[in-house]
Amino acid sequence: MSEPWEDEGPGEVKKFMYVNRKAPYGTIYALESLEVVLIAAAFEQDVSMVFIDDGVYQLKKGQDTQQIGMKNFSPTYRALEGYDVEKLYVEAESLAERGLTEEDMLVPVEVMSRDDLARLMDEQDVILSF
Amino acid sequence: MSMLHTVNKSPFERNTLKSCIGHALPDSAILLIEDGVIAAVRGTAHEGTMRDAMNGRKVYVLGPDLMARGLSTDQVIDGIEVVNYEGFVELTEKHDKVQAWV
Amino acid sequence: MPIEVNGKSYETDEEGYLANLNDWNPDLATAMAAADGTTLDENHWEVINFLREYYEEYQIAPAVRVLTKAIGKKLGPDKGNSKYLYELFPYGPAKQACKYAGLPKPTGCV
Repeated sequence: MSEPWEDEGPGEVKKFMYVNRKAPYGTIYALESLEVVLIAAAFEQDVSMVFIDDGVYQLKKGQDTQQIGMKNFSPTYRALEGYDVEKLYVEAESLAERGLTEEDMLVPVEVMSRDDLARLMDEQDVILSF
Repeated sequence: MSMLHTVNKSPFERNTLKSCIGHALPDSAILLIEDGVIAAVRGTAHEGTMRDAMNGRKVYVLGPDLMARGLSTDQVIDGIEVVNYEGFVELTEKHDKVQAWV
Repeated sequence: MPIEVNGKSYETDEEGYLANLNDWNPDLATAMAAADGTTLDENHWEVINFLREYYEEYQIAPAVRVLTKAIGKKLGPDKGNSKYLYELFPYGPAKQACKYAGLPKPTGCV
């Protein structure tokens, strides 16, 4: 009954970045990305999640999906810490264009400029886009 | 012959709203739904576009889609009317035709 | 295949997970465990209740690694290890305990 993460160490650790660019609920991208991150967390890699463009709406506080009849998956972003996914970056320019601030985010995030994010992207081994 | 236009894409993501505005006659109405509701919020980079659209046209936004995205009805640009699903149905009844901008 | 408890029928998926989270009650958990030949004691309930609270807060069933760590944090290291949890739930703590707790199968569990 051994599990993969108990057999051996993580081996070579790579930098994985998940880039989220879509608002939740209108399309399936946001939920798909979150599920992939949760599953891939078992591989103990160096994971970061980036929220740019309409992706910043994924972390907007106060989501209430009762009337549209879809599951509100925003509380799940708060579980990421328990999965050792602790690096969440939100682009400052994307927030500003939407009239949002760091206080609108439902989890602790690091707000970063577009230039700094570009450099961070350049340091990654693998980038997955949603 | 008045038309109801629906827009379901975010103005940040597609030019759907702009295209709709370019083709919507003055007496027509625009209803923002799904990711389209993002355009109804005050203080975004697209507020100007939205205000242009409201010039001579009635604009509505679907409340349930705002709430799902954590956007509150009191963040909506003044003059845009928030409707629920019942209001959506009434709008389609009130107008001769519906044109969906997707 | 539906499961019958106290004269009521509850819908489940093909693997026996409850179809509707809100249908859950403790008798249902007891019946599901009995069908697997398990009698639930207070240690089982501790984990089942923990899972229900976790789901309530985060809207997902945790992966076993995450469950183990979180149980350790809440109930101490002698419970927050896979040996203890596998003894309680030999079919796999995440899978089996989630089923009794009325949760969907954890994401990433095959």
